[in-house]
Parts: sequence; C-alpha cells; structure tokens
Amino acid sequence: MSEMLGTEIAHAAGFIANETPRIVTARFDYEDSFTLERYEITGGYQALRKALQQAPEDVHKEVTNATLLGRGGAGFPAGVKWGFCPPGVWPRYLVVNGDESEPGTYKDRLLMELDPHQLIEGCLIACYAVGLSQCFLYVRGEMAVAQERIARALNDAYEAGYIGRNILGSHFSVDIVLHWGAGAYVVGEETALIESLEGNRGMPRLKPPYFPASIGLYGQPTIVNNVETLSNLPWIIDNGADAFTNIGTETSPGTRMVAVSGHVKRPGVYEIVNGTTTFRDLLYGQDMCGGIRDDNQLKAFVPGGGSAPWFTPDQLDLPFEASQVGPQGSMLGSGAIMVMDETTDIPAAALTLTKFYAHESCGKCVPCREGGTWLEQILRRVVDGRGSRRDLDLLIEVGETICPGDFPHAAVPSKGIEAKPFPYKMTTICFVGPSAFAPIHSALTLFREEFEAKVAGNDDRVLIEVPVNV
Amino acid sequence: MSDSVPNEVSVNINGAEVRAKAGEMLIAAADRAGVHIPRFCYHERMSSVGMCRMCLVDVDTGRGPMLQPSCMVPVAEGMSVDTQSEDTKRAQEGILEFLLVNHPLDCPVCDKGGECPLQDQTMAYGPGESRFVEEKRHYEKPIPISDLVHLDRERCILCDRCTRFADEIAGDPLIHFTERGNSTQVLTFPDEPFSSYFSGNTVQICPVGALTAAPYRFKARPWDLDQVESTCTTCSMGCRTAVQSSRNELVRYLGVDIESVNHGWLCDKGRFNFEATNSEERLTVPLIRDPNDERQLLGSDWGSALANAAEAILDAGSDGIGIIGGSRLTNEDAYAWSKLARSIIRTDNLDAQLGDGLPAELVHSLPPATIADACEADTVLVVGPDLKEELAILHLRLRGAATKGHTKVVEINAAPSGCEPYVERAIRCGSGEAAKYLGEILNSDDDLATRLREGSVVAVVGRSSMAESDHSSIAVAALIRDELPHATFLTALRRGNVRGALDMGLAPGVLPGRTAIDNPSSALDDIWGYTPSMKGLDTTGMLQAAAEGKIRTLVLLGADPLSDFPDRNLAAEAIQRAETVISLDNFLTASSAQADIILPTTAYGEQGGTTTNLEGRISRLTQKITPPGSVRDDWMIATELAWRLGGDLNLTSKEQIWREIEQVAPSHAGVTVERIMSEEAREGILVQESSVEYIFPSVQEPPIADGYGLRLISGRKLWDASTTTSMSPSLRPLAEAPVLKVHPTDLQRLGILSGSDVRVISTRSTENLKAVADESLERGTALLPFNQPGFGANRFIDATAAVNDIRIETL
Ligand SMILES: Cc1cc2nc3c(=O)[nH]c(=O)nc-3n(C[C@H](O)[C@H](O)[C@H](O)COP(=O)(O)O)c2cc1C
Ligand code: SF4
Ligand code: SF4
Ligand code: SF4
Ligand code: FES
Repeated sequence: MSEMLGTEIAHAAGFIANETPRIVTARFDYEDSFTLERYEITGGYQALRKALQQAPEDVHKEVTNATLLGRGGAGFPAGVKWGFCPPGVWPRYLVVNGDESEPGTYKDRLLMELDPHQLIEGCLIACYAVGLSQCFLYVRGEMAVAQERIARALNDAYEAGYIGRNILGSHFSVDIVLHWGAGAYVVGEETALIESLEGNRGMPRLKPPYFPASIGLYGQPTIVNNVETLSNLPWIIDNGADAFTNIGTETSPGTRMVAVSGHVKRPGVYEIVNGTTTFRDLLYGQDMCGGIRDDNQLKAFVPGGGSAPWFTPDQLDLPFEASQVGPQGSMLGSGAIMVMDETTDIPAAALTLTKFYAHESCGKCVPCREGGTWLEQILRRVVDGRGSRRDLDLLIEVGETICPGDFPHAAVPSKGIEAKPFPYKMTTICFVGPSAFAPIHSALTLFREEFEAKVAGNDDRVLIEVPVNV
Repeated sequence: MSDSVPNEVSVNINGAEVRAKAGEMLIAAADRAGVHIPRFCYHERMSSVGMCRMCLVDVDTGRGPMLQPSCMVPVAEGMSVDTQSEDTKRAQEGILEFLLVNHPLDCPVCDKGGECPLQDQTMAYGPGESRFVEEKRHYEKPIPISDLVHLDRERCILCDRCTRFADEIAGDPLIHFTERGNSTQVLTFPDEPFSSYFSGNTVQICPVGALTAAPYRFKARPWDLDQVESTCTTCSMGCRTAVQSSRNELVRYLGVDIESVNHGWLCDKGRFNFEATNSEERLTVPLIRDPNDERQLLGSDWGSALANAAEAILDAGSDGIGIIGGSRLTNEDAYAWSKLARSIIRTDNLDAQLGDGLPAELVHSLPPATIADACEADTVLVVGPDLKEELAILHLRLRGAATKGHTKVVEINAAPSGCEPYVERAIRCGSGEAAKYLGEILNSDDDLATRLREGSVVAVVGRSSMAESDHSSIAVAALIRDELPHATFLTALRRGNVRGALDMGLAPGVLPGRTAIDNPSSALDDIWGYTPSMKGLDTTGMLQAAAEGKIRTLVLLGADPLSDFPDRNLAAEAIQRAETVISLDNFLTASSAQADIILPTTAYGEQGGTTTNLEGRISRLTQKITPPGSVRDDWMIATELAWRLGGDLNLTSKEQIWREIEQVAPSHAGVTVERIMSEEAREGILVQESSVEYIFPSVQEPPIADGYGLRLISGRKLWDASTTTSMSPSLRPLAEAPVLKVHPTDLQRLGILSGSDVRVISTRSTENLKAVADESLERGTALLPFNQPGFGANRFIDATAAVNDIRIETL
C-alpha cells in the first residue's frame, strides 16, 4: 500500500522533544512512526487487547479514575462525559474532533500525521468502554497528510483485524469512518461538527436540547472527543490510571501538548507536564522555547488559543492548571500559546485575531454576525490611524452586546488593574462571537495607551447622516 | 403547590404567577400571559432556532438571573423571569443596533414600512441613534426568487423564518443560507427558483420588507389598508384570511392562524387570486343574446334580463329545467336557490357538483372526521385526488402531522402525488382499482392491515381521476365502511363551498340540513309549502337530458361545464341543444359565453354570509368592497326570479336567510345567527349531524385495458386554467401548457420520442398533444392534467364510462 503514503514529510515537523515523560508523542522520533509495523513493534494495540479482556465498565472506570481532561478546549473529564450517554439508547456514536483550527493550534495535526494508529486504538478503546457502535473521524479539510495517513492506517488496521467485525476474535465490533471537513473554523464546535457530518451547513445547534451525549449525530447519543484526548487512552490502559495521575497534579494529571508560536526562539509543539509546568518554564526553559527571540522583552502572550484573553509577563509563573488560570482571567483552551515581544503593535495584533473570528462567524446569530464585523471595522480604522477616542469606548460598548457584564482579563499590578475571572456571559449561541471581542478587550484593557497613541490628534467622530438607499 | 395540575408548571413572569404547559417555550407562556417579549426569528408554528437573540430575558432558575433566549428555554417549575431588567433592556437595544447596522432603512419605499416588526421594535426597544458610520452591506436589490416573490438581501435580517418555512412547513427546501459571517445571505440554488405553492407565506412571515410579493409590491401603504377577517373559498379547505383593501380595491390577503384549519398558512392560489375580483374583465351588467345575431351578446338591464329568464323557466316547466352549479355560492345564496328550485320552480334537477365529485347522499352519510382528527389518527388513508394540487393546505397539515410523527399517511393512487415525500406508504394501483388493492391489503398479513383494523383511521376519500367514474371512490368508501367500521371520513371535494351547497340541498335528492327529499323537516314543509317528492337528476343526468332535448332551460350557477365537467362533448351538446341557457357568473367563461342570458354576480370580497368547509365547519365571510357595476348577489337574483315566477321566497337579507336555515335545516339547528356572529365562529362552527342514508350500489370492476390502449388518468393542478387563476395576471403565467405523460417503455414501444407531438385518440376526440416520458408512472397509463390553458383532458373523457382509455400515434 505504499502508493497511499503520498506526500512525505521529512521529520517530526514542529515537534520538539524535552525531558518531560512522553505519553502521546513517544513514537514521534521514528521516521515511520505512522505505519502499522512501527506501531506494533512499539507496543501498539496491546492496550486494546488488554481492554478487551476487561468488562467495558472497568475500562470506563479506569479512564474516569485517570481524570483525563478533554484537550479540545473545554477541559471536561472524558470519563465523566462518557457517563452522560442515556442508558439503553442505541445506536450511539463516537465522533472524533480532528477539525483543529483554533488560531495557533497545530498539535492534533501532528498526532494525526505521526501516530494515526495511536488515535485509532484510542477510538477503539473508547467505543468498547461506552458501547459505541460506530466512530466518525472528522479531519479538518486542509490537512491532506493527516487524511492520507489516517486513511492508510484505517485500511491497515481493518486488514489486521483491529477494526471491523469481531475485533481480535472478540464479540466487539466497530466501524470507523473517515470524514473530511470542508473548511470552516466553527465546525470545530462539536454541535456544528455534528451538523456538518450529517451533511448540513456547519452551524452550531442550540444547547439545550442538543447536548451531544444525549441528542447528537442523527439524534442519537454521541460522544465527541478531541484527537489528543483519545490519543492518551492506549497509554492509560497500558499503564493504568495510577501511573497517569502520578504525572502532573491531582486536578490536571498527565501531560498535554502545547503549540507555541510567535516571538520565541524555538516555536513548536511540546509535550509538557500538566498542572505543574509554568508558562515561564515553557517560554524560557532551555529544553523548551529557550526565551524570547533576540532576547527581547516579552510583551504579552495568548495562553490558550486565539479566543483566550491575554496574559502579560505578570502571569508567567502560572502553571498549566485551569483552576489557577481561570481566576486570573483567562483559559487554557486548545493549548496554543502565541507570544508577542516588545516590538509588537498590539492593536494590529488584536485586529488579526478579531478579523479571523469575524470572518469565521457562521452567520447564525445576530451579535456575532453583525457585531464581529462591526468590531473589525472599528478596530481597523483605529489601527489605520483613522479612528477617534470615541471609537475606543465604542469597541467596548459593541463588545458588551456580545458579552454583557464583566469580561475576564488579567491583572496589571503596575496600573492597579485587578483580574476579572472566567467565565463571561454571552448573547450568542457559541463562543465564536465572544472570541471576536476577547482580543480587543484584552488589548484595550492591558495596553490602552497604544490605542490612544493611534487615535491621538483625531477629532471625535460625529454621527454622519446615512443616506437612504433607493 | 396544592393546586398543581399535571403537565402544568408555575412560573413567575415579572412578578406575576403564570401557569404554563410543561415543556412549552417561555416566550409562548409569556404570550399567553399577555407579556410581550420582542422577537424576530421565533414563530409559534415552526421550531425555535434561537438566532436573532432579540428575545433574551433574565431567567432565574435558582442560580441567579441569566440572559436566556426565551424562545429556546422551556418553562420549568419555579422559574423566575424578568423581561424588563436592565440587562434585558441593554441586550434588546444592542441587538436592535446590530440589526440596523446593515439595514438599508428603505422605510419610505418599503412595502413593510408601517407594519414592520423591525420598525416597531426599534421604536419600542431600540437605541435612539445609530453609531454605525461605515459602509453598509450592498447587494443587488431586489432579485426575483420566483414568479411571485422578490428578495431584497439588504433588508434581510437573516431570521431563518422563510428558509425554515420552506424546509419545515412547505417541504420545498429551495431557499437556503449561503456564504457565512457578514456575507451570509438567503438565496435559491442556482437556476432553481423558489417555486413553491406556498411561497406567499414567506412574505407574510418575513419580519422585514426583504421578501415582497409581486401582486402587492408598491400597491398600498399599510396605513391606507382596511382589513376584515374572512374565509378563503377558493377550495373547500376554508382557510381563515384577513382581506385587505385600499380605496375599494382588494390588495392583499393574509393568512389568519386558527387551530382547526390553516394554522395561519395559505396556498399561493388562495392568497393571490384577489386579482380576479379586481379584474377589468368582470361582468358588470346583464347580457342577453342578440335576437338578430346569434353571435352577439348585448348589454341589458336587470328588468329585461330577469323577465327573459323567468319566461324561459316557465316555458320549460318543472321537468324541463336543470340547475347546475352552486359551489361558488355562499351558504345563504345556495339556500335561496335550493328553495327557489324546489318550492317555486318545483324541480329537483339541481346539482352543485359537476360530475367531478361524490354523490351527495354518500358525502352526508359517511361518519365525519375533522382535519385535526386526521392529524392525530394512527393512519390517514388517502384515496383520492393529489391533495397538494387540489386541497393544498390540507396537504400541508397532513405533511406537518406526518413529519412530526403524529400520524402515518398511506396513499393508494394510480399516479404519483405531491404527498409522496411524506407518506409512509404509497401504494400504486390500477386506475379505478383502489378498492381492489385496499381489499387485498386488508386480507393479507401486511402490518398495515393490522394497524388499519386496530388503530384509528381517517380516510380521505375523493375522486382520484376525472377519467374514472365515481364508482371507484364509492367502492373504496363501501369497502372501508364494511371492513373498517371505526374509520371516519374527510371527503376530498375540491370546489369552494361545495360542502355548504350540498348542506343547503343543492343536490338531487337531499334537502337543506342533510335530510333526504322524502324526509323534510316539518319546519321546512311549513315554510317552503312544496317540495318535490321524486329525486331529480344530477349534473350528468341533466346534461344528458339537455342533449336529448328533454331539458330545455339550463341554469348555470357559476358553473362552467365546458371546462369543468369531465366530458366536454356531452357538456357542449347539452349547451348547444338547450333552448335557453341562463348563466350567473363573474366572468364570461367558456360556458357563460354560450349562454343566452347572463346575470352578473358579486365575487369574493364583495359578499357577506357564511361558507362551509370540507369538514362541515361553518365560518363567516365578510364583505370588504362594494361590487362593480350593477352586479347582484345570487340570492337576490333568486328572490327576483321568484317574484317573476309568481311566488315569493320571503328572503330579505343574508342574516334573515341564516335564521331560516337554522329553523328548517335539522343538522344546523342551534347554529344561531348569534353564534355565527360570535368569536366562536373564528374557528368555525362544526356541524356533523346528518340523517341521510346511502345505499351503496354494487359496483363493477373496471374492464381490463386492451393491449393498445393507455388508461387515462387525469387530475387537477393547482395552477390550471380555472377562472380565478386565469383572471389573475400574476397567476395566469404559472399554469403550464398540458403535456401527456407516459412511461418511457410505452413510448419506446410506439416509437415515439419523448417531447414530440403525438396524436391522441379516444372514443370522444382525436387531438394532437406533446408527449413526454415519465418513469414514475405505471406502464400502460397516461397522465394528462384536467384543465390546463388551451387544453383539457375533458375532451377525451366519456362521463358514462367507468374508466377511459386512449391510444397514441406518431404524427
Ligand atoms: C468555536 C469552537 C471551536 C472549537 N474547535 C475545536 C477544535 O478545533 N478541536 C477540538 O477538538 N475541539 C474544538 N472545540 C471544542 C469542542 O466543541 C468540544 O468541546 C471538544 O471537541 C470535546 O472534546 P474533548 O472533551 O475531548 O476536549 C471548539 C469549540 C468551540 C466553541
Ligand atoms: S456565535 Fe457566531 S459562529 Fe457561533 S452560532 Fe452565533 S453566528 Fe455562528
Ligand atoms: S428574507 Fe425575511 S424571513 Fe427570510 S431570513 Fe431574511 S428577514 Fe428572515
Ligand atoms: S388551501 Fe384552499 S382554502 Fe386554503 S388558501 Fe388555498 S385555496 Fe384557499
Ligand atoms: S426570537 Fe428568540 S432568538 Fe429570535
């Protein structure tokens, strides 16, 4: 099947090893890490065999005990989520969220490209534990290599009897279907992803009633898990929940993958210890990013994907622990860290992010569809030097229609600004709308002087007459 | 909660305790409690989508107030709601500001201006000014998305109402959102217009002026409109409408939401055919045939026209008279004509149906069902016309019930129908053989047999094809009565007030109030003085008698037998041979143009009174405009004729007529004028009693078609050559030229290319027509719509035959 190999990538692009225990990236150093042969000789599919020896409930319990937090953004424990499937309702499905498209995030891509069998084995374990009869692997449309390699891995695994009827001679049967996305960020949101899988326009469903675990794909109970979440399962079953919880902290055990981009010396994907590694360790550690480029000053960083409120050097010592990051005004989200050094034009950086979310609005709800683009328009004129002081207030006021009340932000002790904790309120259906506002809010709260400099000298705008279109 | 009722919860809305149905949305509970929550996307007859976010209110379920979309949040016991909190107000202002950001503010030139929810809610809940100074979105405006509907994407607020309606209610998902974010827009698919029979509803429910209807665009401003509630009489569904006029011209109908019938929807035919009432072609003065030139009609005065008519009636004598038609009439008009015919002319030759319906006794004797019964029945058995074409809103109701899983629709038909997308089973039978197929199923071990025998069944029975006699429908009804005695019936008779006309006795053998001619009520005997004792002729019988010279004077009560009677040859012979044809009509139709005396009558919108729908539901009609010229109500013409015939109907007004009906018609006893005038009548007053019995005749199975022939199947299309459609300029182009559809194998066998003209031969006529291949038909059958512009299947049909076969040849 070598013709299916397709485009070769030279090496583990983007991944940088360090001293951390390697749970999900263990095979990344092999050139042929994505083949079945390599997977099998490095202990692959042993966890599946082991799981099949146990009762499904016991496998489920093992995962619950491991406190495996979802790596897709919300950080919800996988074992608990699996328990939400209403008993006795069949069929139920597993949907793998491989639509990774949060700005700055590119870790799932490596897991899919470099170790597809690990993901497949994870899917099989989840299906066995929860009694899921079919699995849909939804891979982002643009990720051609990941698609090719998963396709090949699926074929090989089917041929080897790991997928399909009576897996490894047991009574357990499951099919895995590969589905390619069509290129919309919002489809990463689990209910939009389900709509897209069903062949509809990818727009989020309303919750309630559409919590996927009870009403999901084709109206059936559906577990949606992230690629990285599932990739942890073979290790957990192989080594046991205790081994997993021995790494990291009690509330955030194991390791997690983070993708660092921006002004550091070694941007890339790292596997770090959950709960204890701090942002300083990551950005300045010699085995990690190795500090800011050109030894510049760090100005700000986005700690958890483009939609997360920003941090400044004041928050560098926070660990990757949701219970500490939330009260300090941001979130760990998708594990993407974007680093801005002292040379960064903050309003322009905010505009880049806001533009993305405004563009990616699915158009379903008014605050996001209209508000997102309006925010972008106002910010653009500020960045271009055409804005006024009034526009700075307008940005906040428009944002407050999307997210009424206090919006979370970090503390700036030097300016006497205290942190506002997560979460926020919102008038939208999903988080895309608030995400268009988050960068603006952070940038304006933490670096207002940069905005004021841009509008300095401009007259406050007056309302202009809007001519009637005939 | 001591007084807690099951399935009820108690919620607190703005400080007041409100009882709500468990599971209903908060916005609906608030509506019933009289608390208005602003909204754009929510519509009570469609699923909630929570898109506009205008309905956000503070909801406290014990964890503190949270802004929640009230159209998406089901009520829960103990929920506390504040629709006027600071947060709510700020959210509402913000959403409105957002909506106006890209809204063109075309108000001065927008059809919706003055009745626009966006305008109104901006006034009530909006910010005082806009802070938006950038360039708004621009699109080409407006673009036609169908022949009837225009879309202005700049005005659209993307509420998903039209698209949801098209998909969820109409089942025509032909409009959809495209693009995303700021560029999101509603559009049709390339080269596929939004040609839905229900497209006008989207215009009505659009909360802005983004969708406009071609027949109304720029016709009037809302503040110039005058409105009354009435009932559509285009078909026998009886949808509730609001009739709007401006300067004594009808300009718009809107659907009114009543639970029992139309749920607020109208079909496009019923919605837009007001154009016919306004038509320049209306007859406005009586016409009589020029004694010196047979080809000419001369304008006349009522005195001479009525005198001529009375003379012709007297001349012909009781047995020489036939009165055809009456389903266009209101109940009161129908009653007046029934009384005139029987008590003064002393004939029972009268029939509101044109050989296209079912025997009146059968209609009166079947155990009745309501539309709601059908929508809740375990099974709805449809053996009749294509409901989507003939009773469009009944189709919509059944579709809604079936897609929501409230009922299962099973259809037995010789040709595919518009209901197939939602039927549980479509059973294809030979033309005229529905009873045979149904019988076979009932005697098999098919699950359906068990369900029909054990579950509730509503049978929708009517004429599947004009090319088969009513025997096949009678056989189906007989079989269902025998085998499924628990089944109830909706008779799928199509014409406007046909049910009311039958109830008023415009049918041979039945008197007003669903009584047999030999069983008049004593009140009727008293008031009428005379009723014939023998059952008279139905329309087929009258036309035959006229063709044989036995009936000398034919009265056409708004009837056009040349277009509507299944057998055009017979109708033509009858009209030719009759010495005098008197026509009461709005227009010169194929038949009225042949008449000797033409009496112009009032049209829809110009009459008050009542009408009765296919369930037997009586509802009010309201006069909205004054009629043109010297046209008169049909009942007035009846009273005038009575005088000239030396009698007196003693009828003085529609209200007085109704009082008399209530007295003499046993089924209508208790349906007083007061009830008719009351609020109760908005839903319609259901009358289900009947004392008529029907003795099922023994029915022969239709003959087998010979090897050369194709069995003709002919039903009506919504857009056909009917008078009101033809007289409505916006609708006329929608009726397509007729084509003959044949299975491709049959065409191949005859060496005919799909799309070519062929010679069609029946015992009645030989004509040239275009034939096209259609795989969805059964082999050996040919489908031809009944009455399309320029050509009707009635040229081929022999009304006396059980079924009709045709042959086709290459030219
Ligand atoms: C706007 C939006 C985008 C998202 N994008 C992704 C994504 O690209 N990948 C992903 O795994 N989860 C994404 N999520 C989170 C998913 O909705 C879902 O929570 C997750 O897939 C659950 O998997 P987990 O529990 O294993 O983390 C997104 C959520 C939102 C609101
Ligand atoms: S918030 Fe934006 S992306 Fe999410 S549903 Fe609303 S419009 Fe779509
Ligand atoms: S056209 Fe009207 S009904 Fe349709 S989405 Fe736009 S505003 Fe709503
Ligand atoms: S279904 Fe019949 S009654 Fe209803 S609007 Fe259409 S024509 Fe009128
Ligand atoms: S009416 Fe509730 S969101 Fe539109």
